[in-house]
Amino acid sequence: MSDATHGPDNLTGITPDTGLKIGKSDKDGPMLAADGTPLKTSLNRALRRQKRRALMLIAPLLLFILLTFIYPIGEMLFRSVENQIVGDTLPRTVRVLADWNPDETEVPGPAVFSALAKDMTVASEEKNHTRLGSRLNYEVSGISSLFRKTGRNVDDIGENYTEQFVALDPAWEDPQTFVDIFAGPRWVEANAAYDGEGRRPTFRLAEGVGEVLPQTASIYRDFARVVQVEDDDNPAEEEPWNSVYLALYEDLRDGAAIPADFPHAALLTAAQAAVPNFATTNLQAAFVDMDKDWTDREVWRTIQTYSAPYTTGYFLNAADLQLTPDGIAWRPENERVYITLFVRTLIMSTAITVACILLGYPIGWLLANLPSRQANLLMILVLLPFWTSLLVRTSAWKVLLQDQGVINDLLVWIGFVSDGNRLALINNATGTIIAMTHILLPFMILPLYSVMKTIPPSYLRAAKSLGATNWTAFWRVYFPQSVPGIGAGSILVFILAIGYYITPEIVGGTKGVFISNRIAYHISTSLNWGLAAALGAILLVIVMAFYWAYDRIVGIDNVKLGG
Amino acid sequence: MSSVAFNPEQGKPLHPFVTFTLPLVAVFGALLGFIGGQAAGLGPLEGAIFGAVIAAVLAFVLTRFLPRKTGRWGAIAVCVAMGFFAGGFAGAVGGLILGALLGWAVYWLDTGDYRRGVPPYATTGQVLWHNSFKFICGAIFFFLIAPIITIIPLSFNAQNFFTFTPEMLALDPAGFSLKHYQDFFTNDAWLQPLKNSLIIAPFATFISVSLGTLAAIGLSQSHVPGRRAIMAVLISPMIVPLIISATGMFFFYSQMGLFMENYLGISKSLSGYIKVILAHAALGVPFVIITVTATLVSFDQSLTRAAANMGANPVTTFFKVQMPLILPGVISGGLFAFITSFDEVVVVLFVGAAAQKTLPWQMFTGLREQISPTILAVATILVIISIALLTVVELLRRRSERLRGMSPG
Repeated sequence: MSDATHGPDNLTGITPDTGLKIGKSDKDGPMLAADGTPLKTSLNRALRRQKRRALMLIAPLLLFILLTFIYPIGEMLFRSVENQIVGDTLPRTVRVLADWNPDETEVPGPAVFSALAKDMTVASEEKNHTRLGSRLNYEVSGISSLFRKTGRNVDDIGENYTEQFVALDPAWEDPQTFVDIFAGPRWVEANAAYDGEGRRPTFRLAEGVGEVLPQTASIYRDFARVVQVEDDDNPAEEEPWNSVYLALYEDLRDGAAIPADFPHAALLTAAQAAVPNFATTNLQAAFVDMDKDWTDREVWRTIQTYSAPYTTGYFLNAADLQLTPDGIAWRPENERVYITLFVRTLIMSTAITVACILLGYPIGWLLANLPSRQANLLMILVLLPFWTSLLVRTSAWKVLLQDQGVINDLLVWIGFVSDGNRLALINNATGTIIAMTHILLPFMILPLYSVMKTIPPSYLRAAKSLGATNWTAFWRVYFPQSVPGIGAGSILVFILAIGYYITPEIVGGTKGVFISNRIAYHISTSLNWGLAAALGAILLVIVMAFYWAYDRIVGIDNVKLGG
Repeated sequence: MSSVAFNPEQGKPLHPFVTFTLPLVAVFGALLGFIGGQAAGLGPLEGAIFGAVIAAVLAFVLTRFLPRKTGRWGAIAVCVAMGFFAGGFAGAVGGLILGALLGWAVYWLDTGDYRRGVPPYATTGQVLWHNSFKFICGAIFFFLIAPIITIIPLSFNAQNFFTFTPEMLALDPAGFSLKHYQDFFTNDAWLQPLKNSLIIAPFATFISVSLGTLAAIGLSQSHVPGRRAIMAVLISPMIVPLIISATGMFFFYSQMGLFMENYLGISKSLSGYIKVILAHAALGVPFVIITVTATLVSFDQSLTRAAANMGANPVTTFFKVQMPLILPGVISGGLFAFITSFDEVVVVLFVGAAAQKTLPWQMFTGLREQISPTILAVATILVIISIALLTVVELLRRRSERLRGMSPG
C-alpha cells in the first residue's frame, strides 16, 4: 500500500489524494466529513477501501496465474540447476569419495567400494540406479550401462560375510535378531499391531545403536524402509541384504564398543571376537568383475564432480561446455550443437523480423492513408490470416512448398525450373522463414498501422511545400515518426519468432529448426529434463530482455489486438 | 498524354497511342509471352517476340475499334482459343489469365485510368511510383491471403494429391469430390479430437473470461498498488514462449494429475480434461485482460456512481450498467481466448494424454507423420470458422465504437 506516497498517477480532477492535500493545507483545525470524522481519516479510509476492492477483484486471477503458470515455470527453471540425484542415490559413496584425490591414486580406496556396495544395493532395490545412470550418462557416455549391469549383480556382494556370520551362529540368519538389535521399541509395537490396512508404521532405529554400529544401523534402516515401502513386507520376517552383513562386519572390525546391556550383546561380542579371522572379499575386484569400467578414473571423477546437490552442469552443457574435474572445458567438437542452434535461432528470427518490416511497412502505409472504408476492407485481408488457425497456415505452406506442391508445379509448368530440378523450399531454413514471415506478418502490420494512423498527412504536404523532394519528405519527416511502430512490431515479432515450435517442426526439417524444437526433444524423447530446463532458462532470459524493452518502449497495456 | 482530347494536333490522333500505350503493352505482352512461351514449349525468346506481337496487335484493335467491355472479353476469347490450341485445357486456363491481364492492361493504359488517385500535376516518375507501390501492396496482400485460399479448392481434390490435378484445372467434375470431408465426418480419429476441442475450449474460455473480466475491472480502478507488476504477471502467458510454458506445465500438471487421482479420487480421464482446461485458461487470460481493459478505458466511471446513487448495490450495478457497456470487449476477449485454446497444440501435447487429443494435435501429428488430405478438409472448415469469428469481432468492434460515439470505422 505504498502507492499513496507516489501521488495520483496521471489523473486530473479531484482524487482522494488531492483531497488529502487539501485536508492538510487547512490550518484552522481538522476539516470534518459529513459523519463528523476528520476529513483526512475519512478520505484515507475511502482510499484504502478502494484499493482493497480493486485488489480483491484482481486476486482470484492473480492467484490462478501465479499458481498454474508462474510457479510451474519457476519449478521448471529450478530443474536446470538441481542435481540432488547423485547425492540422494549414492549418499555414502559421495561422502567417502570427497576425500579421494584423483591425482594421487588411480582408483579410490576400499572404503569407497564398500560404500558403493551399500548404496548400489539400496538403489537397485528401489530401482533408482538406472535413473542415476542416465543422469551421469549425459556427462560421460557409457555410465548408463555400467550402472545397469552393476545394479543387476550388486546384491551378491558381501554374500561371503553373510555365510560366515551364519556359520558362526545360526541366530544371525534370523531376521528377528536384527529387529531386536536395531529397531526402536515403539516401531516394534506398532509393527506387531499392523493389520494390513493403510500404511505400515515408519521404521525407527533403537536409541544408541547408531553410535555403536553406525554403518550397520544406517543400512539396516534403508533395508527396513525398502522392505516396507517397495515390497510391502514385514522387515521382521525378511532376511537382511548381504550388504547389511558387510556393514556389520566392518563395524565390528573397526572396533565397535558393545555395551553389556545391548540386545544380543553376547552374540555381538562373540562375532567381534571372530571377525579378525573372517575370510575377506576384495570389493574392488568384485565390482570390476561386474564391469571393468569401475577401474576407470574418468567414471569416479565424474561421480565426484557431480556429487554436489546443485550444478552448473546443465547450463554449461547448454553453452556447449562441460564441467570436467579440471574445470570448465569445451565439449568435443562433434557434440557442440547448442551455440550453433541459439545463433541460428537469433539469425532466423532477425531475418523473419526484417522480412516482416519490409512487407509490413508498405501495407501499414497503405492502410493508414486510404479512406477508412477501403482501409477497413483491406484490413480484413490482414486480419483473416491473423484469425486463421496456426496449423491451417502451416499446413497450407507445407502443401504449397512441397517438392510436388503447388509452387513447384507452377514453376515447372511455366518452365522456370526443370522437372528434375525442383526447388527445395521445404524442410530447410527457407521454408521456415517463408512460413513464419507469413504467420507473423499481421503482428507487424497491426502496430505499424496504429502508429501510422496518428501521423497527420499534412506534415508530408508541409515538407513538400517547403521544397522537400518526395524521398526527403518521407525519410526526414514521415519515417522518423513511424519508428515507434517499427520498434513495437519488431519486438513483438521477434519475441514470438524466437520461441516458435510448431512451424519449424513441420516445415523446418533439420536445418530450419529452432532452439524450441531441441527443448521439446529433450523433454519428450531424450528425457534430459535438466538440460531442457537450462536451454529454456536461457531462452526465457532472452525473451524477458526483449519483453522488458517492449514494456519500456511501448507499454504492455498498449498492445492492440485486431485493430 | 493519354487522352486524345488533350492533343492539340487533330491530324495526328495516333500520337499518344504509338508513343505510350503500344510500346508498354508490347513490353507487357513480351513478359507474359516469355512466361507463357515456356509453358507452351516455345523458347523464351520466341515466346517473348510472339507475345509482344500479339499484344501490340490486340492493343491496336481493342483501342481503335472496340468499347471496353467487348474488347476485354474479346481479348480473353482470343487468348483462350490460342491457349487451348497450344496446350489443351491447361493452356486454355493459362490463356484465360493472360487474356484477362492483357485486355485489362490495354484499357488501363489507354484510357488514363492509371493516373487515378494521383494529383494531375504529378510527374511521370511519381505516377510510375504510385502504380508500382500499388502493385507491391497487391503482391503482399496476395502473399497474405493466397496460401489460405489455395487450400480450399485443394480440399475438394478427388485424388490424394496436394496439388492441382489436370482434371481440376480443366474444371472436370470427376476431379472434385467430397471424400476428404466424408472422411473427416466419419473417421473416429478426427471426430474424437473435434469433440475434445469442443469440450476443452468453451470451459477454458469460461474460466479465463470470468476471472479475466473481474481482474480487468479491478485493474482499471484508479488506485491499484503495483499495477505494472500485476499487469506484467497477467500478460506473461502471452509473452513466455509456448514451449517454456508447456515444459513448466508438463511437470506441474503431472504432479497435480497424480494428486487429483490419488487423493481426490477423480477418474484419470476427467483429471486429464481438467488439466488441459486449466492450462488453456491460463493461456487465454492475457487476451481477455487486454481487450477488456481497452474497453474499460472508455467506460465512464461516473455511471457506476450514478447507479450507486440511485440505490443499486454493486452486483446490480455490475450486471445492469457496467456489463452491457463493456460486453463487446468481453465477447471479443472471449473469442480470442476461445481461438487460443481451440488452436493450441504445444501445451496440450505436453499436458494432455491421448484421451484429450484435440483437433490441432491430430493435425500436427498428421502433418508430421503421414500427411493425409483430410487435413485440408479440416483446414478449410477451420478457415470458415475463423472467417465467422472475424466477422463477429469486427461487428462487435464497430458496435462498441458507435456506442462510444466514435465514427463508425
